[in-house]
Amino acid sequence: MKFTLSWLKDHLETEADVHQIAEAMTMAGLEVEAVHDPVAVLAPFTVAKILSTARHPDADRLQVCQVETVDGLKEIVCGAPNARPGLTTIYAPIGAYVPGLGVTLVEKPVRGVVSHGMLCSASELELADESDGIQELPPEIPVGTPVAGLFGAEPVIDFEVTPNRPDWLGVAGIARDLAAASVGTLKHFDIAVVRGAFPSPISVRLDAPEMCPVFAGRVIRGVKNGPSPAWLQKRLTAIGLRPINRLVDVTNLIAYDRARPLHVYDMAKLSGTEIVVRGGLTSAETGEPEHLIALDGKTYAAAPSDCVIADAGGERPIGLGGVMGGESTGCDEATTDVFLESAWFEPIVIAQTGRTLGIHSDAQYRFARGVDPVSVTPGLELATRLILDLCGGEPSEIVFVGEPPASPAPFAFDPAYVKRLTGMELSDDRIGTILGQLGFLVTAGGADQAEPWTVTPPSWRRDVEGRADLVEEVARIEGFAALPNTPLPEVARAPGGVLSPRQARVRIARRALASLGYAEAVTWSFTKQSTAVLFGGGDDRLVLENPIAADLDCMRPSILPNLVQAAARNAARGHADAALFEVGPVYLNDQPNGQRTAISGLIAPHPDRHWGGTGEDALFDLKADLFALLEEIGAPVASLQLAQGSNQSWWHPGRSARLQLGPKNVIVEFGELHPRVLKALDADGPMLAFEVILDAVPEPRGKGGKARGAADLPNLMPLSRDFAFLLDEAKAVGDLTRAVAGADKALIAEVRVFDVYRGQGVPEGQKSVAIEVEIQPRAATLTEAEIEALTAKVVAAAAKAGAVLRT
Amino acid sequence: MTDLAQLELDLINAIGAAESVAAIEEVRVAALGKTGAVSALLKGMGALSPDERREQGPIINGLRDRVSAAIVAKKAELEAAELDARLLAERVDLTLPSRPRRKGGVHPTMQVMDEMIALFAEMGFAVAEGPDIEDDFHNFTALNFPPKHPAREMHDTFFLKPDPETGERKVLRTHTSPVQVRTMMSQKPPIRIIAPGRTFRKDSDATHTPMFHQIEGLVIDRDIHMGHLKTTLETFIARFFELDDVNARFRPHHFPFTEPSAEMDIRCDRSGGKLTLNEGEDWLEILGCGMVHPNVLRNCGIDPDEYQGFAFGMGVDRLAMLKYGVSDLRPMFEADTRWLAHYGFSAFAAPNPASGLS
Repeated sequence: MKFTLSWLKDHLETEADVHQIAEAMTMAGLEVEAVHDPVAVLAPFTVAKILSTARHPDADRLQVCQVETVDGLKEIVCGAPNARPGLTTIYAPIGAYVPGLGVTLVEKPVRGVVSHGMLCSASELELADESDGIQELPPEIPVGTPVAGLFGAEPVIDFEVTPNRPDWLGVAGIARDLAAASVGTLKHFDIAVVRGAFPSPISVRLDAPEMCPVFAGRVIRGVKNGPSPAWLQKRLTAIGLRPINRLVDVTNLIAYDRARPLHVYDMAKLSGTEIVVRGGLTSAETGEPEHLIALDGKTYAAAPSDCVIADAGGERPIGLGGVMGGESTGCDEATTDVFLESAWFEPIVIAQTGRTLGIHSDAQYRFARGVDPVSVTPGLELATRLILDLCGGEPSEIVFVGEPPASPAPFAFDPAYVKRLTGMELSDDRIGTILGQLGFLVTAGGADQAEPWTVTPPSWRRDVEGRADLVEEVARIEGFAALPNTPLPEVARAPGGVLSPRQARVRIARRALASLGYAEAVTWSFTKQSTAVLFGGGDDRLVLENPIAADLDCMRPSILPNLVQAAARNAARGHADAALFEVGPVYLNDQPNGQRTAISGLIAPHPDRHWGGTGEDALFDLKADLFALLEEIGAPVASLQLAQGSNQSWWHPGRSARLQLGPKNVIVEFGELHPRVLKALDADGPMLAFEVILDAVPEPRGKGGKARGAADLPNLMPLSRDFAFLLDEAKAVGDLTRAVAGADKALIAEVRVFDVYRGQGVPEGQKSVAIEVEIQPRAATLTEAEIEALTAKVVAAAAKAGAVLRT
Repeated sequence: MTDLAQLELDLINAIGAAESVAAIEEVRVAALGKTGAVSALLKGMGALSPDERREQGPIINGLRDRVSAAIVAKKAELEAAELDARLLAERVDLTLPSRPRRKGGVHPTMQVMDEMIALFAEMGFAVAEGPDIEDDFHNFTALNFPPKHPAREMHDTFFLKPDPETGERKVLRTHTSPVQVRTMMSQKPPIRIIAPGRTFRKDSDATHTPMFHQIEGLVIDRDIHMGHLKTTLETFIARFFELDDVNARFRPHHFPFTEPSAEMDIRCDRSGGKLTLNEGEDWLEILGCGMVHPNVLRNCGIDPDEYQGFAFGMGVDRLAMLKYGVSDLRPMFEADTRWLAHYGFSAFAAPNPASGLS
C-alpha cells in the first residue's frame, strides 16, 4: 500500500515529516517497506537560464553553453539539440547525483572542454518516463528556484498491510492509527447525502446472499466523462496508478482513500434493467462453466463458487463481483449514463476466486481481506458527490438490497487485563482513550458481568473478537518500548540435561562423525520420485502435489541418494574424494509415526596418490568408522550380528552387510553402493556408505545410576597362542573367530586375525586364517597341561565352525 | 711360567686392534673364556704352593682385572660407535608428507542449533520435536488460521498428494508451531519448551530455500506476560551473538497465533558491506513473537482464563549466516565440500558454558 504525504494530510493534521511518520507507523505495526522522498532526491537541482551557446570545438553535436545558475555563471557542455540562448531549464551542479542516470557528476572534460555542471531533462530526474532534450521551463521562473517544488514531487510511503487490517488499505484508516499514536489530529469529514432526483431505473436482485449479502447502487445520468483533472491524475500517478478517465479514477481514488471499492457500469451497454448477483453457472448440457472477458482483457471461467454480476435477466455475466468488472459494460469517454455499484462481498469467496482464477485487483485485494460493511452507503454517496463535481449529471435515488453482515459484537473487558498480558502499567483512562481514538466504543459493563467495561469494536475492525485483541491495540499504540523487563521465574533444571536420550545421541553422532573426518551436510528432505524408488521409497502418498522442482517431488526414504548426488556434484567440480554425513529425517509414510532419524555417511574413496603406497581397502576403514560411531552412541555393539548377502537392492551384493539384533531388527546397512544405482544417479563409483536407523538402535539400559562396576584388572600376565586354520572360501572368518572366542569365555580375552592367505600350500577353494588368541589367566598362572587343554578346546570349537587346524 | 707381561701386552694390543663388537668378543673368549689364556692361568693357581699363590695370585688377578676392564671399556666404545652408525643409517626424510587424514566438521546450521539449545537449556527450556509431515489441523487450524484465510496463502505451503481413500491432503509443516500444538495437547502447564527442526515453504530465491530450519519457543504458565517475553529474548539474543547487552526493539506485527504479536529487531550498521550489531541507524529483523492467542490455547485444551504465555520463532540458518558471516543462503544445502570445510565447525566446538558457544 502506497500513499503520499499530502494525501495523508487530507486526513491528518500534522507537522511531522515523512521520516517521523514512517517511524511512527513502524512502531504502531504498519511495517514501512520504503520511503521514497523525491524532495530529497531533487534537492540539488535548480532552475537556470542559458545565456549563450557556441559549437563545441571538437564535436558537432555538442554545444558549450554559458549558463546563469544559482552558483553564478557556469560553462556547461550540453548535447541536447534544444539547448539555445534564452532557454530556462534545469541545472545540476558538480557533485549532484542524477537519479535517472545513476551517476554522480564529476568535473571532467567532455571532448577537451570542462563542463561545470549539467543541464537536465525530466527523465534524467525521474520526473518523466522519457524526454526529448533538456527540460524547457516557463521563462518567468527565476534562476535558483528549487526544481522539487515546480513538479509537485512529494514523498511516498510504501508499507506492508498485514492481512488482519484491511482498514489500512485506505489512507483514512492509516490516519486514524497515526492520530491514536499521537502523530497528529484526525480530520473528520461528514459525507453529505446526495438526494436522488428520480427512482433508479436499474434494479438489483441478490440470488447469492451468501456471497454478496448487500448491494447498493444508483444511476447518474448525463455525465461527461474524460481525462481527470490534474490534481486527481497526480494523486493517482504518485502512488503508481494509471489515470484512466474521471469515472474510473473516482472509484480508484475512493478505494485508496477509504478502502472502499466501487464499480461503474456504462448503462448504455447494460442489457435489461436488472442486475443479478449470483454464483457462476455451468452449462447443463456440456458441463462447461460460463466465460467472461474482464476489464484486463482476459477471459475467465466462472465456477459456481465465484460471485458473478449478470444482466439480461441474469443471463449475461458482466463482472466478477468484488473482483473485476467485465469489458462489455466498462465506461469510456463516450459514457453518459452510469450505474454506480457499492456492495459487500464475502472475503472467503473473493479470496478463493482470486486464488483459483489467478486474478488480482485493488478491489479483490480489499474485499478478500474484508471491507467495512458500513461503508456501503457512505462510499456510494462520496463517489456520487465526486462524480457530480467532476462529470456533472443527475443522480437517481439509491437502490439498496440485502442486509449488511452484523457488526462486531460487544464484549466484556477488564482494563486490568492489559497489565496481566503485557506487564505494562497503564491507567484505565489511557486505555480508554486509546481504544476510543481507534473507534472502539467503551461503556460501563452491565450489572451481570464481572468486568467493568463493555467494548464494541468499530464496524471496520472485524478482526477484533476478544480481550487479547484489545490488549494488542492498547500495547501497540502505547508502544512496546513500555514493556517491562521481567526475567522468567527460575525453574529447577532437569538433573540429567534437557535432551531426550535420542536427541543426545543425535548430537553425539554428529560430533563423532565430524571427528572421524566426515563433513556434515544438510540436504533436502525431498528427492525425485524415481530416485526414491531406487532406495525402497517412492510411495505415491509421499509425493508432493506442488513440488518446487520436478526432481524434488518426493519425500526421501533414505539420506543416501542425496549424499550420492552431493558427492557426484563435488566430483564434477574436481573434488572426487568426498566424505560426507548427514543426520536427519527419512520418511516411511505420511503418518506422524512414519518418520525416522537416519545417521548416514558416505565416502567416495578417491584418495590422492601417496608415496607410501595405497592404504588398505577403504571399505574396512568405513567399517571401523561405523563401529566407532556405534560405540559412541551406545549401541549394543557386542550383541550385533553381522549378516552378509541379505542387504537391500541398492547395495553391492558382495561388498555390503547389515548389522542386526535379529533378522527383523536391522539397525544399519553398510558397504559399497550398487553400481547400477550409482549409474542411475549419474555418479561415478565406487561409493561406500552406511545408514544407521537411530530409532532401531536400542538405548543403553540405565543400570542403577551412573556409577560403574569394579574394573577388571587381572594381576597375571596374559599370554597368547597362534593358530592357523583352513577354512572354505564361502565360510566367514567372523564365524570362526566367534566360535574360537566362545571356546572358553573365562580365559580367552581376545581373538585377533593376523593373516588371511590363499595360494601355495592351501587347497583350492580354501583359505588359511591365522589367528592369535589372547589368554588371560585369572586365579593362577596356567600350567602347560592347562594351556594344552585350552588349545584343544580352541581347535575343537574351530572344527565345529568348519575350520581345520593347519599342520 | 708364561711371561705375564708379554701376555698382558698381547691382550691389550688385541683389544686395541678390535674393530667390532664381534672382534672384541673373540678377544674376550680367547682371554677370559673357559679355555682362555687368563682363565688358564687362574686355573693353574690351584697347583701352586700357598707361598707361590700368595705371590702369584695378586699378579694374575690384577692381570685379569685390567684385561677385563679394558675389554668392557672397548666393548662399550665399539657398541656406541656401532649404534651411532646404525642410527645414521636409519635416517628418514621427514619432509615427506604423512598420509593425509580427512578433516570433518559440523554444519553451521547444526552448530548454531546446538548453541541455541544450550542457551535455552540454561534457561530451563526442554526440547520438543514432532513430524515434518503434518495435517492441516496441527499446522494451521489449531494455530488460529481460519480455513481459507488469506494468511494461509502467505505460507507458500507444500502439499502432499491427497490420500486416495480419505482425500486428506497432508502438508509439510511451514513452521515448527505444530510441535507447540502437540506439546500443549499432551502436557499440562507449566510448559517451557523449544521446538527445533526442519520447516518447508515453497519459495526459492536468494534469501529463501524450500527447506530451512526453525527454533520456536513456548512458555505457558499462569502469570507469564510480555515483559517475560522481552527479557527472555533479549537475554537469549545477547548471549547468542556473544554480546554484553543487546540494543533491540519490539515492533507490533500480526501473526494469527499470537495476540499481541511482535517482531524483534536489533540495531545494526551495514556500512562497508559489513554487519555490526548494536550500533548504527539500521534495524535487523531477528525473530517473531507474541502472547499465545487465546483461541490457540483453547484449541489445544488449555483454559485461557487460567493460563497464558508467549511463543517465538526464528530462522536458524539465517541466524547462523548473521553470526558467522555466511553471505549466501543457498550453499548451506548444497554439500559443496569446499564450503563445508570453510564454514564447518570442529567436532570439539560443542557449546558449553565454560568455553563458550563455538
